[in-house]
Amino acid sequence: MAAQTTLERPSAAAAAPAAPLLEVAGVTLQYKTKEHLVTATYRVSFEVFGADRFVLLGPSGCGKSTLLKGVAGFMSPVEGVMRLGGREITAPGPDRMMVFQEFDQLPPWKTVKENVMFPLRVTGKYGRREAEERALAYLDKVNLTKFVDAHPHMLSGGMKQRVAIARAMAMEPTILLMDEPFASLDALTRRKMQEELLRLWDDIRFTVLFVTHSIEEAMIVGTRILVLSPHPGQVKAELNTHDFDHRTVGGTAFQQTQQRIHDMLFADRIEEEEAAGHG
Amino acid sequence: MAEARLGELGGDAGRRQSIEPPIRAEFEVRVDDAGHVGDVARPLTTWEKIQNVTFLRRAAILVALALIWQLYATYLNNPLMLPTFWSMAKALVASLTADDLLLKAWVSISTLFKGYVIGIVIAMVLTSLAVSTRLGNDLLSTLTSMFNPLPAIALLPIAMLWFGLGEASLIFVLIHAVLWPLALNTHSGFMAVSETLRMAGRNYGLSGVRYVVHILIPAAFPSILAGLKIAWAFAWRTLIAAELVFGASSGSGGLGWYIFQNRNELLIDKVFAGLAMVIIIGLLIENVVFRWIEARTVQKWGMQRQ
Repeated sequence: MAAQTTLERPSAAAAAPAAPLLEVAGVTLQYKTKEHLVTATYRVSFEVFGADRFVLLGPSGCGKSTLLKGVAGFMSPVEGVMRLGGREITAPGPDRMMVFQEFDQLPPWKTVKENVMFPLRVTGKYGRREAEERALAYLDKVNLTKFVDAHPHMLSGGMKQRVAIARAMAMEPTILLMDEPFASLDALTRRKMQEELLRLWDDIRFTVLFVTHSIEEAMIVGTRILVLSPHPGQVKAELNTHDFDHRTVGGTAFQQTQQRIHDMLFADRIEEEEAAGHG
Repeated sequence: MAEARLGELGGDAGRRQSIEPPIRAEFEVRVDDAGHVGDVARPLTTWEKIQNVTFLRRAAILVALALIWQLYATYLNNPLMLPTFWSMAKALVASLTADDLLLKAWVSISTLFKGYVIGIVIAMVLTSLAVSTRLGNDLLSTLTSMFNPLPAIALLPIAMLWFGLGEASLIFVLIHAVLWPLALNTHSGFMAVSETLRMAGRNYGLSGVRYVVHILIPAAFPSILAGLKIAWAFAWRTLIAAELVFGASSGSGGLGWYIFQNRNELLIDKVFAGLAMVIIIGLLIENVVFRWIEARTVQKWGMQRQ
């Protein structure tokens, strides 16, 4: 099975245009728990270009969320370097707005509108009037105009995620970071949110780095997928999926690619089981 | 294999293996009116609405307590030990005009307010240090475990030695009464702020004092408010007790001093009137001031149920 895939990296940046927006080069990330020093990713490299919908895909334990936290600046690599627009990433900053999986990412003491205005104001990027106008414009884009004065506890999970997305996009970050943003939603809402995200991308053409463990979601949302293996996270492949969306789900090409990624991700497990069987 | 094992177990487990759920006929029905339940959303009756007014329910408890007091004191018939509620109420009203009880209450409250505010400021500085540095954290933990159990009133002799018989001594013990419980609550509130919210705040580039002010304090506000309530109660009881010890400074004593004086003159109904004043102020602060803050903050934000 592995023989079907290209095991070697494509030579240099032959087809790649201009300079990458985000450059992750040989990054090893480690974090400490009470008893262990965990290596989450090992020498991971990838490049994200402008308007990419770049997906980090892998099973739990492949360090994809840790990698995103690294890009966000919440942890620094023990090896390798991460650059955004040529500048090394050292600390968190509003040029990399993040959308989290958890619903409690919205400060409950602010209304929906204030939540979107908060980063705009607190970074000193906009004055009060401008911030309000921008907030309302982006809340309109995610269809929340009716709820601008509600507090987060009055909203459903999907609405909270839409506020978080509006909040991040209103900042017009260099790159938008999304950490399994739809994983806590029910299947119907998730699909709707994926569609909305793609529609917004058609509209604004932002660059997004998207983490998920769902192969289907990766293929629908992403233009390019970085497949990671677990324990520690290492790059397994980089695939193009710009041809796929909700309409192609269930098509032959879609299913073939899905199966290919599935085999890639679970080959390890079969090997492990075989090893255990022989041992 | 599993089947064989279950079979070996015999009895229930084996028998249950062969049970199939019975297959029943499908059906579809029209949904009836909800009948006796009536409308889905029915307006509450006046009586139900009255029962929902917290103030009225609590006032009813106060009335019941006053009634029990009145009946027991009448039965006891010993005004020196326990005057009736009614004579206490009369003494209270008389004291308001004759003895300037409101002025005395104001002396107590203004002293308390100074100690309370200074205590809050120090508590905020200490806890902000504690969340930003490890040394600050160790410092706060050690100081809190040392001083929180120490009754403020026990510091009064030293305070009198250092600051003399005046307001300064009172403020000193008040700060001690306020600082530790508030710092403890605020700190545990800060520690409980979710990792996601912290990351969201740092994602905006917030750090240092701005991070504490914009993220930690509002996120920990339920705990801070609880700390403020406890600190208020500690401060109030400490103040009254301290006033009982040395009371008047520069001729104008507070409520504690009023209670102490009247006990010396065996005006027991006035002693009770003074105590009632202490209680009334406590009730007002808790049910008016703190309720007001709660309704506009933690309840509105959905961090505490209404």
